[in-house]
Amino acid sequence: MSSYARSPASPARPVGDAGDFNSDIRLSVEQVSYAYSANPTQAPLFTLEATSFQARPGEIVAIVGPNACGKSTLLKLIAGALQPLSGRVLLNGFITHALPHRTRGQRIAMVQQESPLLFPSRAWEFVLQGRHPYGRTLRFETAEDILVARNALAQVGAEHLTDRFMDQISGGEKQRVILARALAQQPLLLLLDEPTLHLDIGAQVDLLETLRRLASANRYTVVVVTHELNLAGQYADQVALFQKGKCLRVGPPASVFQRELLEQVFQTQLTVELGSSGRPRVNMPSAK
Amino acid sequence: MRPLTLSRLLLHCSILAAILFVVVVVALKLGAVPVSLYGLGRDLLRVLFRQTSQLSSEYQLIIFDIRLPRILLGVFVGASLSVAGASFQALLRNPLADPYVLGVSSGAAVGAIVALIVEPHLSLAPTVAALLTPVGAFLGAALTVTAVYFLGLRQGQIDSGTLLLAGIISASFLSAVIMFFMSTLTGGNYRGMAFWMMGDLSTPPLRIVSLVLRFGFFLAAAAIYTTASDLNLLLAGEKEAMHLGVDVRRVRLVVYIAASLLTGLAVSVSGAIGYVGLLVPHVMRLIFGSDHRILLPTAAFGGAIALVIADTLARTVVSPAELPVGAMTAIAGAPLFLYLMRRRLA
Repeated sequence: MSSYARSPASPARPVGDAGDFNSDIRLSVEQVSYAYSANPTQAPLFTLEATSFQARPGEIVAIVGPNACGKSTLLKLIAGALQPLSGRVLLNGFITHALPHRTRGQRIAMVQQESPLLFPSRAWEFVLQGRHPYGRTLRFETAEDILVARNALAQVGAEHLTDRFMDQISGGEKQRVILARALAQQPLLLLLDEPTLHLDIGAQVDLLETLRRLASANRYTVVVVTHELNLAGQYADQVALFQKGKCLRVGPPASVFQRELLEQVFQTQLTVELGSSGRPRVNMPSAK
Repeated sequence: MRPLTLSRLLLHCSILAAILFVVVVVALKLGAVPVSLYGLGRDLLRVLFRQTSQLSSEYQLIIFDIRLPRILLGVFVGASLSVAGASFQALLRNPLADPYVLGVSSGAAVGAIVALIVEPHLSLAPTVAALLTPVGAFLGAALTVTAVYFLGLRQGQIDSGTLLLAGIISASFLSAVIMFFMSTLTGGNYRGMAFWMMGDLSTPPLRIVSLVLRFGFFLAAAAIYTTASDLNLLLAGEKEAMHLGVDVRRVRLVVYIAASLLTGLAVSVSGAIGYVGLLVPHVMRLIFGSDHRILLPTAAFGGAIALVIADTLARTVVSPAELPVGAMTAIAGAPLFLYLMRRRLA
C-alpha cells in the first residue's frame, strides 16, 4: 500500500484494516448496481442488478453476454466514469469513482472504440497522450515519458508504427497503438471494451496473446468486454456471464460455459466441449 | 518521436514576433503622409526602450498618435479573435468553428449595443460607463455560445453540421436585431451599422477600454493556455480525455468563459470582424501541428499579423477612402473557408 501514500487527501480511504482486507485482491466489485432513465420521473430504461466479483493482479476477467446486457455499463462503473446506484468498486482499497481525475488516469486505463480524429496525429503523439495523467499543467514531455512510450510501443510489437499517421494504418495496427497508449499510463487495471471488434481472426488471437503476456509480465488486472466466447474461454481466468442486466454466473470458463446456460442466454443451439487444457470451446451445431 | 520542447516553442514564437514587428513597421509607414522606413524603425525601437526624448518630432503626431494606436488595436483584436477561434474549435470539436461563423460575434455586438442603449439611463461615472460596453459584449457572447451549443446538439451529441447551421442562423437573426436597435438609436455618438456588422478599426477606443482589452487578453489567453494539453486530449474525444485524467467539465468551463471574454472584448472595440478566428488557427495548424501548447501562442501572433495586414490594406487600397477591415478579411477569408469546407466534405 505504500505506493498510495502520495495522495493522502484522497476522499477514498482504504477500507477497514488488514484484517478484513485481502491484499491479494486488487479489484473488488461489491454489490454494484446501476439504473439509467431518460428522466427521473420515469421508470428506468435500463438496470444493472447487483453484481460482485474480485480479481487479482495478473488475472484476466472476461465479461460476456448478448447485446444490451449491461457489459459496457459495468465496465464504466469499474472505470469510475459512472457512479453506482448502490455498492462500490474498489481498486486496491480505493473507491474508483471517488478518485481524483489524475489519480484515476494513473491507475486505470481504458481501451474503447475511438472517436474519429479531427486532425491527423502520429502514433507516437497518440501514445504520449497516455502520459498525460503524470504531467503537470504546461509541462513538456520528459525523457522518462518518451522512454515509457517507447517501451509501451515495443511491448505491443508496434515500434515500426511510431512515425505513421493513425488514419493510415490498419485496424489491427491501430488497436495495438491504442493498447500502447493504455500501457503508457502504467495502470494497475486495464479495461477493454470490445477490443476485437472489426479485427480479423488473426489479429484477434494476436491481441489476446498480447494481453495474456502483458497480464503476466506487468501484473495488470485485465477486464475485457467481448462477444467472442471462444477467445474468452481460451484466455480468461474468470468469465462473468450477463443477460438483461443480470450477472448469471462468475467463475472459471469451464464452470460458466455450460451448454444449457449458454443456450438459454443466447437463444440458440450450441455445443460445448472441453479441450485437453481444460478450456471450453463453444460451437454452433452444423446446419441440418 | 519528437515531442514539443520549450526551446522549440520559444524559437517559433520569436520568429513570429519578429514578423509581427516588421509588419507593424510597414503598416506604420504606409498611409497618406510618407515617412521613411529607416526613421520609423529607429523611432519604434526608441519607444520600445523608453528613450522617447530622442524622437524626431515632425511625424510624432501622425505615427504615434494616429497610426500606432490603430495598429496596436489591430494587434490585440486579431490575437483575441484568433485565440478565441482556436479555443472554440477545440471546445466544440469542430474545425470550422469561429466566433463569427457561430454568431458569437453578433451576439457580442447585440450585448454591446444594449449596453450603449442602457448606459445613459444609469448615471454612472464616465470610466464605469465606458466599461459597460465590453461587459455587455461579453455577456452577449457567452449567452450566444450557450444557445448555439444547445441548438447544435442532436440526440445529446454535438453534430458538426447542425452546429454550424445553428450558428449561421443565429448570426443572421442577431444581425437583424442589431439593425432593429440601430434604427431606434438617434444622434451622432453611436457607431454605425457597418461597424457592428463588418468590423472596423478606424476609431480607437478610450484609454481605459484599451487597457481593459490588453489586460483581458493576457488574462483570458493565459487561462486558456493552462488547459492547452487538456485541449489536445479533448479534441481527440471527450470520453478518451476523461479516461486519461482530464477534468472535462472544468476545462470546458474555463475555456468557454475565457473564449467568450476574448470575443466580447474584441467586438466591443472593433465590431464583428469575421474569418480571423477561423482561418488563422487553421494555417497555424498546417505549419506547426495541432498541439495546443504551440497552436495557441502561434495563433495569437498569427491573428495579430493577419489583422494588421488586413487593416493596412483596408485603409490604403481605395485611399483616400477606406474599407471596413471586416470587408477585407471577408474578401480574403470567405473563399479560403469554402475551400476548407469542401476539402472536409470530400
